[in-house]
Amino acid sequence: MIAPRIRRGMPQRYRYEAGKCKKCGKVFFPPRLICSACQSREFETIRLNRLGKVLTYTIIRVPPSQFKDEAPYAMGVVELEGGGRITAQIVDCDFDDVNIGMPVKIEFRRIQAEGESGVIGYGYKCVPA
Amino acid sequence: MRDVAVIGVGMQKWGELWEKSLRDIFVESALLAIEDAGVDKIDSMIIGCMSSGLFVGQEHIGSLLADYLGAAPVPATRVETACASGGAAFRMGFIEVASGLSDIVLVGGVEKMTDVGGDEATYALGTAADQEYEGFNGITFPGLYAMMARRHMHEHGTTREQLAMVAVKNHENGSKNPLAQFPMKITVEQVLNSVMVADPLRILDCSPITDGAAAAILCSLETARKIKSNRLIRVAGSGQATDTIAFHDRDDLTALKSTAVAANMAYRMAGKKPSDIDLAEVHDCFTIAEICITEALGFAERGRGGKFVESGDTRIGGKIPVNASGGLKSKGHPVGATGIAQIIEVVHQLREEAGERQVKGARVGLTQNMGGSGGSAVVHILEAL
Ligand SMILES: [Zn+2]
Repeated sequence: MIAPRIRRGMPQRYRYEAGKCKKCGKVFFPPRLICSACQSREFETIRLNRLGKVLTYTIIRVPPSQFKDEAPYAMGVVELEGGGRITAQIVDCDFDDVNIGMPVKIEFRRIQAEGESGVIGYGYKCVPA
Repeated sequence: MRDVAVIGVGMQKWGELWEKSLRDIFVESALLAIEDAGVDKIDSMIIGCMSSGLFVGQEHIGSLLADYLGAAPVPATRVETACASGGAAFRMGFIEVASGLSDIVLVGGVEKMTDVGGDEATYALGTAADQEYEGFNGITFPGLYAMMARRHMHEHGTTREQLAMVAVKNHENGSKNPLAQFPMKITVEQVLNSVMVADPLRILDCSPITDGAAAAILCSLETARKIKSNRLIRVAGSGQATDTIAFHDRDDLTALKSTAVAANMAYRMAGKKPSDIDLAEVHDCFTIAEICITEALGFAERGRGGKFVESGDTRIGGKIPVNASGGLKSKGHPVGATGIAQIIEVVHQLREEAGERQVKGARVGLTQNMGGSGGSAVVHILEAL
């Protein structure tokens, strides 16, 4: 992941900023310019609730090269309370503890380093709540 | 809109073709298609290719391939919808002929995936997901489909064995296809004991990395009748649709909405329904995909795709044979070429020249090609005249 991209994503990855449609209430993460549900262009900037639950999960055993040192690791689709969904690693627990419906919360963590001496990318991972 | 025919097809054996370049594998298939069609010129070329840039460091392959095919100065355009690029190329060619703008169009697909190492190939394929909100956090394509599988098992009681049955069936079919990359038969036990890639998916649930190309010639039905008197195949229906790029944004994590929408477009245009289809070639990039696709196409009831494969209805000789060619699983999956190869299999079946894997009496065939975790889908219905 190149440096400008990491910088641009900071409001989302560091502060969990999302957009809530003022017309229909749908929460978008990351924020969008137009609502895909009702076509409204008016949003309120909100922060994702840090609590959520696992909708589905997997254990990545063959990782992309940037994640070679971390495999195997658990990942899931997490639905956050109050709206918004993320795909994130689920850490600080045994693989056997990860299941559908598991309550989790978002924590700020190191995600990946670009190349051999590149920029470190920070963001969100989930831990048991 | 004019009626459009598929008048020629061409493809060679897929695999790790290290001694051949992207341009060579494409031109070989294109020449076979031109010869099969019996045409002496083409008006235009549309090529499906997902990522020649990342796989071989070459963009602008429209010019490259027209040049090396000896077809320049005809217009040549590359189209990209990730792994559905071949299907999209076919649809663009169909539209070009149907509109009357061109009379004879070569549609092709190509991908040269083994020039790079496994890590780089995984990265290139990963760009079909949302790089900033899925890939950044460490997900892979097997991982996305694994999460689809886990949810399908949770909601619908689909079993690990049923997933394996998709791979077993497709390898059984592929063993009768001389062009397949992995024509060996496998058993459920072998699938269940193969290396875990992303739980619950194992290596034998996944389609391979492949070099390959495929080509077809489209022309107006009027022109086709002048060239050939028998074995004419009409493009009866065409549909294409999109869905959220990120898997996690789908309201229903096991419904392939883009496939359902594209299929409805194609069914409506063709005046057909799921029960009219004699065989289907679908995008089994992972075993779970075929299960979800048979539901989205209306072959199986929602949630019953696992039971559907278990029933044997999707085998050759069953109610609706799915992936008689061996599918992506056994035939190989050079991503940009896959959508065209699906068309080629249906054409061979409708012309009754599919040999050992012939679906008896096939008159109407369907193809379903998909990009990413379902962010793009293309469906076509072909009919023997
Ligand atoms: Zn809205």
